Amino acid sequence: MRTYQSWGRYPRASHTGVLPIVWRTEPPPLDRLDRSILPFGLGRSYGDSCLNDGGLLLDTKALDRLIAFDAGNGLLRCEAGVTLAAILALTVPKGWFLPVVPGTRWVSVGGAIANDIHGKNHHRAGTFGAHVVRLELLRSSGDRLVCSPEENAELFHATVGGLGLTGLILWAEIRLNRIPGAGIALERIRFGSLDEFFTLTESDQQYEYTVAWVDCLARGRRLGRGIFMRGDHAGWPGAPPSPLVEARLRVPCDAPAGLINRATMRAFNELYYRRQVRGRTRSLVPYTPFFFPLDTVADWSRLYGAAGFLQYQCVVPEQPGSAGMREIFERMTRSGEAPSLAVLKRFGDVPSPGLLSFPRPGLTLAVDFAFRGQRTLALLEDLDRVVRDAGGAVYPAKDARMSPESFRRFFPQWERFAVHVDPKFSSSFWRRVQRS
Amino acid sequence: MSSAPDRSGRRVLVIGATSAIATETARVFAAYGARLFLTGRHPDRLEAVAADLRVRGAMQVETARLDVTDIGGHAGVIDAAAAGMGGLDVVLIAHGTLPDQRRCEESVAESLAAMQVNFTATVALLTLVANRFESARHGCIAVIGSVAGDRGRQSNYVYGAAKGGLERFLEGLRNRLFRSGVDVITIKPGFVDTPMTAQVPKNALFASPRRVGRAIYRAIESRRSVVYIPWFWRPIMCLVTALPESIFRRLRL
Repeated sequence: MRTYQSWGRYPRASHTGVLPIVWRTEPPPLDRLDRSILPFGLGRSYGDSCLNDGGLLLDTKALDRLIAFDAGNGLLRCEAGVTLAAILALTVPKGWFLPVVPGTRWVSVGGAIANDIHGKNHHRAGTFGAHVVRLELLRSSGDRLVCSPEENAELFHATVGGLGLTGLILWAEIRLNRIPGAGIALERIRFGSLDEFFTLTESDQQYEYTVAWVDCLARGRRLGRGIFMRGDHAGWPGAPPSPLVEARLRVPCDAPAGLINRATMRAFNELYYRRQVRGRTRSLVPYTPFFFPLDTVADWSRLYGAAGFLQYQCVVPEQPGSAGMREIFERMTRSGEAPSLAVLKRFGDVPSPGLLSFPRPGLTLAVDFAFRGQRTLALLEDLDRVVRDAGGAVYPAKDARMSPESFRRFFPQWERFAVHVDPKFSSSFWRRVQRS
Repeated sequence: MSSAPDRSGRRVLVIGATSAIATETARVFAAYGARLFLTGRHPDRLEAVAADLRVRGAMQVETARLDVTDIGGHAGVIDAAAAGMGGLDVVLIAHGTLPDQRRCEESVAESLAAMQVNFTATVALLTLVANRFESARHGCIAVIGSVAGDRGRQSNYVYGAAKGGLERFLEGLRNRLFRSGVDVITIKPGFVDTPMTAQVPKNALFASPRRVGRAIYRAIESRRSVVYIPWFWRPIMCLVTALPESIFRRLRL
C-alpha cells in the first residue's frame, strides 16, 4: 500500500484502509463501511485536512477521465481525480487556461474544489470554486446529487471549500478562460521594504497576475524586502511546454534534520534577493515556471527532514498602515524560528462561494517553518492571536494545529457548514477543530 | 511534431480497453488522432473511457461489449471493429486477470479459469487477427504479457504459465508473419501502480500506468519484438532466468 501522508508530513497519520475509486458509474457502498472515510487526491494539502487517522481513505487517483470539452465556449467536464496538469496539457494548445491555478499543477480537480484554492489572479478571478459550474456529489447514503449555485445550492456552497467532508466529488464542470498563447509577459520588480510592496500592489488592477516573494529574515529598514512579480497571458513562439513532464530534479530521501535553519535560510534568501540585479526586468516566459515554481524540484518537502514542516498561511483584512501584517512580520523575524521565503499577495473582493472558503479581502501571507516541536507551535499560535484580533483567517488546507476557538472565529459560518457534513465522512482536521 | 509521420486516422482495436494500462496506451493513440474500437465486459466503463479518448483528440471511438472467454463472440467483434473503422492497423490485446495463486492451488476450476482468460482466449483472438493481417499483408499485433512469464515461481506460477505459454505462441506467430510484413510485439510490464495492485506495498520497482502506456505506444511505433517495461526488467529477468534450477527451486519467490 502507498503511504498516505500530507505534503508537510506533519502530523503523521495511520489509515486502516484505502478504497480506490475507479469508476464514477459504480459508486462503492459507503454506508456499509464501519469506519469514517475521507477522499484523498494527490495529497498536496500541507497539514491534516487530507488525513483521516484511524479511518479509511477513498483514493481518487484512478478517477482521472475527461468527460467533455467544448473548445467553442471553454466548458470542461472531468472526473474529480484529473490533475490540473492534465487539463492544461489538453487545453493550452487550444487557447484555453484554467481560471485559477495554485503554486503546483499536481493537484486534483476534487482537491481544488474541496479547498477552494486561489492563485495569483485572486484580485480579478476570485477562487477556483467561483468557476465551477456544477459538480456531482456522492453521499454515503448512495445519493448522487448534481450541485450548482442553482441546484442543491446549499450543498454546493458547503462542498466548495468543504475539505472533502460533504461527500465524494465524482466529477465537475469548470469554465475556462481564453488565452492568446502559452507565454506570460512577466515583470519582476525588486522592493526594499513592506511599504514599497504596498505601493506596488496598488497596480494590481492593471495585471491579471500579481504576487511577491518576501525575505522574512530581513530586519529593521529591510523588513519585508522582496521581489514583486506581475504578468499577463501572452503568445509563446513555438510549441507550448508540456505540463505533464515531471521535474528533472527530485529530492530522493529525507534530508538530515536541521538542514534548513536560520543560517541556510538567510543565505538562500539573500541569494534569491540579490539574483535580481536590476531593479526592474521584463521578460517573456513559458507559463509553467511562472505558475508552478513549487514543481521545479519534485518532493522538495523532504528537504525539511523526517520531522516535516508547517506552512502558515493567513489573511488579514486591510487596516490603516497594515498594522496586523507588520505585527506578523515582526514576530516572525524575532522568533528564532527559520521562516522560508514567504509569498505575499493582496486578495481582491470577489466573493468566495464556499461556506468554509479561506480567501477574503485583505493581505495574505504564506510561509514555511521547519517543524521543531513546541517552539514552532507556540510561534504559530502567537501569530493566530494577531490574525484573530485583526479579524482574519488561517487556511485549513495548510493547517495542522489551529485551535477549535480560532477555527470558529476564522470561519463564522462553520455551524451552517457542519449541517452538510456527511455522517460517514471525517478527517483528522475536522475532529481536531470540533473538539470542545 | 511537424516532422513526424502523419499518425492520425490509424485504426486501433483494443481488447480489454478498461484496464489502466490499456487506457493509458489508448490515450497516446487518441492524442495523435487515431480511430479506436474498444472492447470490455462493462458497457458503462467502456463509455467512460471512450468519452475520455474523444476529448483527448481521437478521430473516432466506438465500443463493444466482449467477454473474452466467450470465444464464439470473437469473430463478430473483430469484424465489427474492421467494419466500423474501415479496416484495422493495430490490435492491442490487453485483457487479463491476476488470479489468486492460493485459490488456484486448491481448485482445478480456478486454475483452468485463469488459463482460459489469460491464455486460451488470447490464443483464439490471435488466431483470427493473425489470419486477417496475414492476408492483408499489413498490421501490428501488440500483446501484453508479463515478466511473470519468464520463470515459474511458487507465488504466481499459474499466471506465469499462462503468460509464458503466450510468449511461446507469440514467438512462433512473429516468425510466421514476418514474411507478410506483420509485426508481433510482446510487451512485458513489471509491477504497475494500478487499481489492481492498490493493496500491494509499493516500492521503487513500481511504474505508473502512464509511463507504461507511453512505452507501449513507443514499442508499437518502433516495431520492436519483445519489450520490457520499464527497461530495467530485462537485466533483472536475465539474472532470474540464468539461475540454475538446483538453486532456484530452493528460493522463496
